Amino acid sequence: MAETLTPKADIALVIGGSAGSLDVLLEIFPALSANIDFPVVLVIHRKANNESLLIDLLQSRTGLTVSEAEEKAALQAGNVYIAPADYHLLIEGNKTFSLDYSEKVNYSRPSIDVTFQSAAEVYKEQLVCILLSGSNADGVNGLKFVNNFGGKVVIQNPSTAIMPYMPQQAVNRVKTDYVLHATEMAEFINNLIKQ
Amino acid sequence: MISDAIDNEQVEILLNDVLEAHGYDFLEYSHASIKRRITRLYAIDNFVSFAEFRYTIKSDKQYFKRFLEEITVNVTEMFRDPSFYKALRNDVLPVLGTYPFIRIWVAGCSTGEEAYSLAIVLKELNLLTKSLIYATDINPSVLEKAKKGMFPLNYLKQYSENYVNSGGIKDFSSYYTANYTLAKFDESLNSKMIFSTHNLVSDHSFNEFQLILCRNVLIYFDKDLQHKVFNLFDNSIEKLGYIALGSKESLEFWPKAKEYKRVKTEKIWRKL
Repeated sequence: MAETLTPKADIALVIGGSAGSLDVLLEIFPALSANIDFPVVLVIHRKANNESLLIDLLQSRTGLTVSEAEEKAALQAGNVYIAPADYHLLIEGNKTFSLDYSEKVNYSRPSIDVTFQSAAEVYKEQLVCILLSGSNADGVNGLKFVNNFGGKVVIQNPSTAIMPYMPQQAVNRVKTDYVLHATEMAEFINNLIKQ
Repeated sequence: MISDAIDNEQVEILLNDVLEAHGYDFLEYSHASIKRRITRLYAIDNFVSFAEFRYTIKSDKQYFKRFLEEITVNVTEMFRDPSFYKALRNDVLPVLGTYPFIRIWVAGCSTGEEAYSLAIVLKELNLLTKSLIYATDINPSVLEKAKKGMFPLNYLKQYSENYVNSGGIKDFSSYYTANYTLAKFDESLNSKMIFSTHNLVSDHSFNEFQLILCRNVLIYFDKDLQHKVFNLFDNSIEKLGYIALGSKESLEFWPKAKEYKRVKTEKIWRKL
């Protein structure tokens, strides 16, 4: 166990998804290890009402703590943070969250592009981003930044996505490190720390 | 590809220039957000080099106006967060209605949507005639828009829904006249508003208020600056007055927070 105590494990996982991504999350969450040693940030397109619904839904399926990302709060290992509805979520150099109510990006707020890009600049090669099902191309430009900063890019296999457009755009336009089925994702995430 | 067209160091250089040449201090703004605004502006205005961008911001007064308008976020809404306006209508303004005169400060009012929303609620509670709303912003051009009280017509459906959900009791369209693409709000509403520039970073307290409304402004500030602004509000609010913030903002970690009591579950605090 000694090696898991080394500080090299300063990685972060950011997952973006839109239409059809909830099914994948519901598949992933029950299988996530309770020992996950890095923060997990979710940016999921949804309506602005019913704020707590997604949190409750995911919390009921995992031993990890699921909460809404709060502005100025530090990202902590073993926590799952959800970008609040109707705000962009950014990550500061000191690994705290910032919220931003500026214009929508790709008709979306939160925008996956915004969080991917900002996380890429901070976590660089320590960042892993997963893009799930969706019917617009939000997230794809953000993944280009993840590429440029040396982070890992993981895409849901478009053929298994309810809405294949978003992961397909990513496959077409960015360098992807892994293309995974929804059923493979939890194991991939559980093993991240060992890679 | 705009991949990191402006790096962190260059952001610092620009913000120092802006402070030195124009007197606006953005150094304590949340870094990720301001960097994103600057990078975005650099891209949409098609600058080819950082040197050119820097020179233009520093020396071109006209362009600096645009810079100021674009790097501050001016996205706002009428009756934003209806439950918040319901709490103002039911729990806060009736209390202030017992005073002979009501002074309200809308800090960081942008194009004025929140100030007009507030005026509508005051009017429906028959309090508008004895109220005065000071609407301030760092940015003179958004104040010009706010004074006119004209908002894009295509947003009005959403605003009207928000209004109804906030407990609005009238026909929302009775407050404005539609004019091509704009809705012009009734002049009785802005007759009780005073618009003025005010910079929360560098300007001082200018009056005492019973209600300070500052929503989705502090999210752009770093923690130290947030605390400075809370101190400014504390110096500008009467005993038993209220401070109202955006739905993701909080007084919680400010040292003097214990001198304030939260109003129900909304982001509204009352000074004890």
